[in-house]
Amino acid sequence: MSLQRRHPGLNLGAAHQEADDASEVLVFGFWVFMMSDLIVFGLLFATYATMLGATAGGPGPRDLFDLRSAFVETMLLLASSFTFGMASLALKYRRDRGRLLFWLGLTLALGAGFLGFEVHDFLAMIAKGGAPSRSGYLSAFFALVPLHGLHVTAASLWLVVLTVQSLVFGLDTRVKTGLLRLGILWHFLDLIWIGIFSFVYLAGLA
Amino acid sequence: MSGGATWDPLLGRLGLDALPFWSMIEHPTRPEIVNGSIATAAASVVVLGALAVVVLVTRKGWWRALWSDWLTSVDHKKIGIMYVVLAFVMLARGVVEAVLMRAQQAFGLGGGFLSPEHFGQLFSTHGTIMIFFVAMPFLSGLINFVMPLQIGARDVSFPVLNSISLGLTAAGAGLVMVSLVVGRFSTGGWSGYPPFTELAYSPGVGPDYWIWSVTLSSLGSTLTGVNFAVTIYKQRAPGMHLFRMPLFCWTALCTSILMIFAMPPLTVATLLLALDRYAGFHFFTTTLGGDMMNYANLFWLFGHPEVYILILPAFGVFSEVFSTFSGKRLYGYSSLVAATMVIAVLSFTVWLHHFFTMGQDADINAAFGIATMTIGIPTGVKVYDWLLTLFRGRVRLTTPMIYALGFTVLFVVGGLSGILLANPTIDFQVHNTLFLVAHFHNMLVPGLLFGMLAGYSFWFPKAFGFRLDERWGRISALAWIVGFMLAFFPLYALGLLGMPRRMVAFFQPAYLPWTIAAGLGGLVILFALFSLVVQLRVSVGAREANRVPVGDPWDGRSLEWATAAPPPEYNFPVLPEVGSRDPFMTAKEAGAAYQEPEAYEDIEMPANSALGALLCLCGGAAGFGLVWYLFWLVVPALAVALGALIARSFLRRTTRTIAAGEVRRTHRHWLAEVSRTAAVTRAGECDVRNRGRAVPAALEAAE
Repeated sequence: MSLQRRHPGLNLGAAHQEADDASEVLVFGFWVFMMSDLIVFGLLFATYATMLGATAGGPGPRDLFDLRSAFVETMLLLASSFTFGMASLALKYRRDRGRLLFWLGLTLALGAGFLGFEVHDFLAMIAKGGAPSRSGYLSAFFALVPLHGLHVTAASLWLVVLTVQSLVFGLDTRVKTGLLRLGILWHFLDLIWIGIFSFVYLAGLA
Repeated sequence: MSGGATWDPLLGRLGLDALPFWSMIEHPTRPEIVNGSIATAAASVVVLGALAVVVLVTRKGWWRALWSDWLTSVDHKKIGIMYVVLAFVMLARGVVEAVLMRAQQAFGLGGGFLSPEHFGQLFSTHGTIMIFFVAMPFLSGLINFVMPLQIGARDVSFPVLNSISLGLTAAGAGLVMVSLVVGRFSTGGWSGYPPFTELAYSPGVGPDYWIWSVTLSSLGSTLTGVNFAVTIYKQRAPGMHLFRMPLFCWTALCTSILMIFAMPPLTVATLLLALDRYAGFHFFTTTLGGDMMNYANLFWLFGHPEVYILILPAFGVFSEVFSTFSGKRLYGYSSLVAATMVIAVLSFTVWLHHFFTMGQDADINAAFGIATMTIGIPTGVKVYDWLLTLFRGRVRLTTPMIYALGFTVLFVVGGLSGILLANPTIDFQVHNTLFLVAHFHNMLVPGLLFGMLAGYSFWFPKAFGFRLDERWGRISALAWIVGFMLAFFPLYALGLLGMPRRMVAFFQPAYLPWTIAAGLGGLVILFALFSLVVQLRVSVGAREANRVPVGDPWDGRSLEWATAAPPPEYNFPVLPEVGSRDPFMTAKEAGAAYQEPEAYEDIEMPANSALGALLCLCGGAAGFGLVWYLFWLVVPALAVALGALIARSFLRRTTRTIAAGEVRRTHRHWLAEVSRTAAVTRAGECDVRNRGRAVPAALEAAE
């Protein structure tokens, strides 16, 4: 029965019977919710694309973007996806809270590093006259990219909450199913960032 | 803030001029007094109505019951009922506003009695209320109540989330009601088009009321869609394959999928508009690169699928009504399922027909025009399936059936005018006229409201255990049908005569006979609403005579009729095993209904939660704070909401157990009631003989 897949993505399997049963509905529901969230990002990407030319005489990508910083952000977030993957494996195979918390802590640190660089970028853009109220183009930028950052912030908060819960309750079913869902969100945000790095930063400077 | 307007850190933008009578005190001219009096009367109704409810609940000592049995309940049936109550309250306001607008136009030759500002608020609130706070809650309520019963589930997949969705919707509705008392609503129509709704052209609080009430409601609806879809995919009883589901569940599934994908564009549109208004962004402004066409696309990417979100559940209701009241299984089940799915998919391919005149080239318009006409095909399939369901059936002209028949005829008329509008060349002639207003009311009144009212009459006995008064029900249904025709058919003529929509007054005498006819239609609709109230009053008074405790008053076919009326909290003592379509009818015909299960088990049900009620308060407070720039209110409201969500996640005991013994006792009590009750044939369906046990139609001949 260990081959039964209850939902797309990492399944906890028969060794975690109760959490595996509970995840069928919870994780499936979260996938559905993610589809809805994907629509939000899709629309903001589309809006950004239509407003590329709407700089209204203000600064554009070449004046504002710092590719080095965006590259560092990309590496941080990709690395955090890897460490979250290690956390998921630790949860599934090791059942060892210490190892799990080590990887989660590393993920949180990488996420925080990403956010730090991102906020620094935004402030630098505004300092160069690239505030969102300057043009339609900058409005579209500041709706799309910070919304991703806001998602990373929310996901980090969720990570902290789950960490505290795992310390209070141990690795119970609620913590396990929470980590499964947070994992989906974390990797989803990684994918969105790849879109942002490619279409906003690389294409903007190309 | 880029608003430039001054605002106080404590009071925000609140001032005495926010009161509806302030302007007429400051400028006591005749028009000011007329408009001020109407606004003040409306505000008084809201305030007095709220006070009356508080006084009634206090005097009857209902606070505890209201809190623990309703507001904190996560039972899908109670949440469904609360949605429908919300819809009816808002319907009353929406209809009164409609009648006021028809009256204004009946007197509108050369002026009328309302100011343009007042008239603008009326059509904006009317549309916003009818779509977001009547239609959406009504259909969410019906699906909530009926769908889990029909698929043989104990509740939805996420019961607390369900309660949160209701809370967010109610908070949005509350904001619209508050706008009647404090400040003004938007004059930008239900679609809130910028640049008119931008700060530069609408500096007041109106568009902000619109933005936050619609945003709250759209968030609630997105979560509702997720919840319903997951419930249908994951909670079906053993043997209830997708293709054994009642058609209402199929339409609920398609509507949920549409909600998941079509509500986010609305949320994005309203929040981007909010960024423009609050933070000086330039998405849709006329300066610095803003482009309102992005708004038109975003809004109608939501707006067109929304039409099918509204109409599909009504199609589901009519499918149940036609087959039940014809005593036949539904004709062409598979084709109805396919047609529903096709409509759901096509609904994402036609949004541009809402703005044919806004500058695309002819080829694009033609493509979207053809796509629009294509929707007529699956809809036509449905109409034929319903007619063939009637054919040679044991047809009874009960209240739901009257709505269904009225719908069939009128909806085809509305569909034909839609095919006309789908042709861009015709659309160019009649766009922005009353022809359009006639068309979409012709779709939504028969295609949504009739469906919801039919569902209300159909499932009311299941929800409350007694039948509604049939006489007043029929009077009301006929009054809705006649009133609708009288109120909206003249608008087709007016549109062809060139009368623009949303105009407060006109100077063309040829319009007058038509506007007067439409005004009279408005009065008939007002009577229809009144007779619904009378029907409820009469039915509650005569409830002892009309009880249907066995729970199957209409010789029903699907599982919701296989349980008591009202059903126990856990719906079914043991989850049913389904072996066919129309499982309850199959069981009745085989004499296998009303069986005692071999064994009873403890049932685990979700425990009550105050989270929905709390988020309703937080959402409403945050919305109100944002409208009036009371940021000291917004921050704590959002912080409390976030804190409550986190605190809830620390809760480990979220269910309570109902002991097998109690389930057995309740079930045996009901089975004893069943065996005491004489089964009634369809001839006795609408009188006191009907105690909710039916002789199945197939066996009636033998009886």
